[in-house]
Amino acid sequence: MLPPVFGVLFDGIAYGMLLFILSVGLSVTLGLMNFVNLAHCAFAMLGGYVTVLLMKQFGWPFFGTLPMAFFIAAAVSVVFERGLYRRLYRRSDLDQVLLTIGIAFISVAAVAYFFGTSQQPLQLPAYLRHSFNVLGINIATYRLILVCVGAVITVLLVGALEFTRFGAQVRAAVDNQRMASGLGINVERTFAFTFALGSGLAGLGGALAIELVGLDPNFAFSFLIYVLIVVSVGGLGSIGGSLAAAILIGVSDIAGKYYVPQLGAFLIYLVMLAVLMWRPTGLFGKR
Amino acid sequence: MSAISETAATPVAFLRTQTRWRGIETVFWLATLLPFYLFPDYLQLASQIAITALFALSLDLILGYAGIVSLGHAAFFGTAAYTTALFSKFVWGEPLTGLIVGTAAAALLGYASSFVIARFRHLTLIMITLGLGVLLQETANSASWLTGGSDGFQGMNVWPLLGRFDWDLYGYTAYSYSLIVLFVVFLAARRLIHSPFGLALRGIRENPVRMPAIGAASRVHIRTVYTIAAAMAGVAGALIAQTTQAVALDSLSFERSADLLVMVVLGGAGRLYGGLVGAIIFLVARDQFSGIAPQYWYFWIGLLLVVVVIFLPNGILGGLSQITARWRRS
Repeated sequence: MLPPVFGVLFDGIAYGMLLFILSVGLSVTLGLMNFVNLAHCAFAMLGGYVTVLLMKQFGWPFFGTLPMAFFIAAAVSVVFERGLYRRLYRRSDLDQVLLTIGIAFISVAAVAYFFGTSQQPLQLPAYLRHSFNVLGINIATYRLILVCVGAVITVLLVGALEFTRFGAQVRAAVDNQRMASGLGINVERTFAFTFALGSGLAGLGGALAIELVGLDPNFAFSFLIYVLIVVSVGGLGSIGGSLAAAILIGVSDIAGKYYVPQLGAFLIYLVMLAVLMWRPTGLFGKR
Repeated sequence: MSAISETAATPVAFLRTQTRWRGIETVFWLATLLPFYLFPDYLQLASQIAITALFALSLDLILGYAGIVSLGHAAFFGTAAYTTALFSKFVWGEPLTGLIVGTAAAALLGYASSFVIARFRHLTLIMITLGLGVLLQETANSASWLTGGSDGFQGMNVWPLLGRFDWDLYGYTAYSYSLIVLFVVFLAARRLIHSPFGLALRGIRENPVRMPAIGAASRVHIRTVYTIAAAMAGVAGALIAQTTQAVALDSLSFERSADLLVMVVLGGAGRLYGGLVGAIIFLVARDQFSGIAPQYWYFWIGLLLVVVVIFLPNGILGGLSQITARWRRS
């Protein structure tokens, strides 16, 4: 029999994995282009609504909707990137913050217009709602799947970044953009691909998040703060850093709410401030 | 900036040409008296606008001049508002001393946090300001025995201004008081940014690496201006507490900081009047569109932001000065 602290730890890790899937794209695009994309969670929200719509209106199975959440979020994000974001790469971070926050506002209003402001119900298949007992800890199947999905994505991303040609180009561009383009790497195209991949992952995260945290038009902002915390704590452009930071934040959030409820939601802000005071560039950040 | 092109022989002469009052400024300040005659029913709103304009001016000082992007500026506004409210409840209700006490509290907090702020830039800085702001709001929320928590502060008692002018329902006193304080603080800010110190701040904004290299004490400058901006935000917070005789938790909220950022950018950051114009447009528009549901109001704000960033990178005032410059040349 294990003490209940392991149960809290497991829930925290599952939550952290969700944060990781939501935030890793933003971390990479920030590291790559220094582009502050505050509309990142709007793409995540889009993924969530794609899943809800496909399941409710067209009766798709839950797992069948996940790839669609990924691809639609990726496709829409690339349209925005080519149409709007590209004009602002050389402008100040303030301009980027304002443009993307404007897009996030618009997305919130648009979603409220089409779907209403209420929480979207999601009926998961029965086998996902089970939970089972391992050595005295209650483990929910869905959270276990979240942990597995997070682990698979980490392995795939790290593998793609370390062992493929495209990954080498991305790493080169993150390290030194001018040098990379001098060597003939098409940095803009690399960025567009990475951006689509990151937003697609956010869309997937948005779809996976519905069961845990619900989905309403405010998702684009309520999760944005968590995602930004993960990115700044982990360090820009670092996948390992994002994973570590997401798990740190996830565990401290769940453990904080469980053990010190009077501190409530603000334990994670304390953790963030402490990490940033200690390392201003984040745990694994270089710049 | 167009003003830089007016080359002057010496730095002193350059600063002197900058400080000269322009006709349009006089017109602007005379126009602030119009609400007394034209919209006597809207003086409460006018007073809110004057206070918000003061708050926006304080953000513009650090954002537009020193290049510090803050998403937690409401911390100072709210701290001063709560301090003023507590002072009026437990000590006495004289408004001018309350204003000073509230401002001092905000300045103290600003000075303390400036040591943290001066160490960071870019995303880390934005996240630190955001984190500090959220922490403060949560603290105020959990200290509900003192602040009233989410129910708002109860039991404020503000005496008549100068012992003579009562806080009337129409807002005559409130608007006169806010407008006078705004003007005084504006004069101080105007003097500040046209001083050598103001030039040093602009240098930090343009190139934060180079300024220390040429021997400027950048961190000290940032700490100073951050403290001053905090004190100014505190003046605004104290004013809002006194004129509305109420303080709510949202005076510390992230939304207030974000709205403020929108106003400053809308009007034009790095221009003294940018925050003022932005606050006027934003609040009048919100008052006019108050009938529509808040989620759709933010649609228009979002659209406005996108349009301003893409087409008017220097805000409305920046766009206007570009047009007038082109018109003068032709």
